[in-house]
Amino acid sequence: MSRLMEQFKRSLAIAEKNMRIYYLKGPVIIFGLLFPLFLTLAFIIGRNISLRELLPGLIGMTAFFTATAVGPSIVPWETRSRTLERLLCCPVTLWAIVLGDLLSSFVFGTIISIIPLLLTLSLDIGTLDFTILLIGLIVANLCFSALSVLLSAYPPTDVPATSMMVSSLVKFPVVFISGVFIPLEYLPQLGIAIASLSPLTYLVDLARHLILKNGFYPLTLDFVAIIAFTVLFMFIAVKLHEKGLVKRLS
Amino acid sequence: MDILKKDKDLDDYAIVVQNLTKRYGDVTAVDHISFEVKIGEIFGFLGPNGAGKTTTIRMLTGLIKPDEGRALVAGFDILKNPVEAKQRIGVVPEVSNAYIDLSAWKNLILIGRLYGVPQSKLKENAMSLLKEFGLYEVKDKAVRSFSKGMRQRLLLCMALINDPEVLFLDEPTSGLDVESARLLRDKVVQYNKEGRTIFLSTHNMEEANQLCCRIAVINHGKIAAIDSPENLKAKSMELQYVEVVFDKLVDLRNFSGSPDIIRISPVGNRLRVYTANPSAVVEFLVDFAKRNRLKILSINTMMPSLEDVFLKLIKGKEGFVK
Repeated sequence: MSRLMEQFKRSLAIAEKNMRIYYLKGPVIIFGLLFPLFLTLAFIIGRNISLRELLPGLIGMTAFFTATAVGPSIVPWETRSRTLERLLCCPVTLWAIVLGDLLSSFVFGTIISIIPLLLTLSLDIGTLDFTILLIGLIVANLCFSALSVLLSAYPPTDVPATSMMVSSLVKFPVVFISGVFIPLEYLPQLGIAIASLSPLTYLVDLARHLILKNGFYPLTLDFVAIIAFTVLFMFIAVKLHEKGLVKRLS
Repeated sequence: MDILKKDKDLDDYAIVVQNLTKRYGDVTAVDHISFEVKIGEIFGFLGPNGAGKTTTIRMLTGLIKPDEGRALVAGFDILKNPVEAKQRIGVVPEVSNAYIDLSAWKNLILIGRLYGVPQSKLKENAMSLLKEFGLYEVKDKAVRSFSKGMRQRLLLCMALINDPEVLFLDEPTSGLDVESARLLRDKVVQYNKEGRTIFLSTHNMEEANQLCCRIAVINHGKIAAIDSPENLKAKSMELQYVEVVFDKLVDLRNFSGSPDIIRISPVGNRLRVYTANPSAVVEFLVDFAKRNRLKILSINTMMPSLEDVFLKLIKGKEGFVK
């Protein structure tokens, strides 16, 4: 247990380093702040719907884009500057390095996605529901951060732009199939089946439960699904990073 | 570990390598190499580019996994207990890999935290290392603004922050100015005297000759020789030569009369006469000068240099000018 704690402390050191170095990098600002901002504007402007109806999608989209903004570029950047080699020379396990990257993505996503969450305070949704929504948002940010470190694992490139491009190719379709723009109850069976494969679906559904009181899945299922996706993404990310190391170090 | 223990008392060794092998596709980069490095030794690792030096260091520092064989580093199996082994080593890689966006201070603190050095000791270590390597005044500047020498000194500070038992140095003085290279060499000697084991990979023969207790030469992924620099030179007595300068040019065919001469190579106005019996060759050359009314401007008996031995080991006779 103490060994796990020791590795976790080292993950925190890696996360702190990532925050100092990568938060202000151009691609992170573009994909993590500007993109979601403009997408949000496109989502809001010209639609004659209330704030209450807008917020579930807005919270989901903001969390998804911001929490997946930092992760995909860290490992390619560190491969290129050879600092990945420096980290791997230290007594730090690969999972601790991946967890450090995940945590830095998580903090970035959580800080930004708190902004739309605060808007729910004006809707009087109740303290309990607000707290559940906050917990849901935190867990979802962990999940999306795990997806972001998974996106950095393949292809094992040392070009951050390649990694960003691949992650955008994954992220945009995910937003469109996750009930952000069209609620799940209006989708055909096939659409619902496809939406169930996206972790974002469950955060948006969770937010609809708590803000609009008309979620599609049970609230517990939303939580279980988000946690299951987190574990799955993290597991695959560590395995893929392990596999890609030889190529990255050559 | 048990297999290794059967063979020798591991307490005396900082590094034990047995049958270590690494393949990349069809290419065997490191081919069943075995050697030991004693505690407190400066062990040189020489080889031409692509011989397998960096791959070996990467396996010993836990960066890549070997396909076969095993290695104990600071008493721990690098495959089975990589964290414990890495906890006891420091690494200066071939290419500078400090975080250029961070300051020297932040780099040191980060690495110290990754080694789990307690906070109070970490700041004390970082401060004393930065002062020792002349970086204290620039500790808050981003590494991006550092010269190559300063970056290399910082890498050594980062490798020493955890007070390692074994220090791996991969080409530490490559491309450095004379002053920085000398400083790093002095520090290597100092840290070795303090009891640390040094594993030094270098292309600089003079550096290896001066610093190393023993040297391993690797070629095509295999160990070609391991011994002290002096023993390596002594084992290559056919590489000793008599260097002579006559006042006139001479026809090399006239030297065929001496059975002691292995070969002759002209170097500028000098002739290098390779022999296993230098005294007989000196007598022959003096006699030759008298017979041909030549003046000997200078004559010296030379031991083979480490570079000669290295070239012999990696290229055989091709290494010599015939």
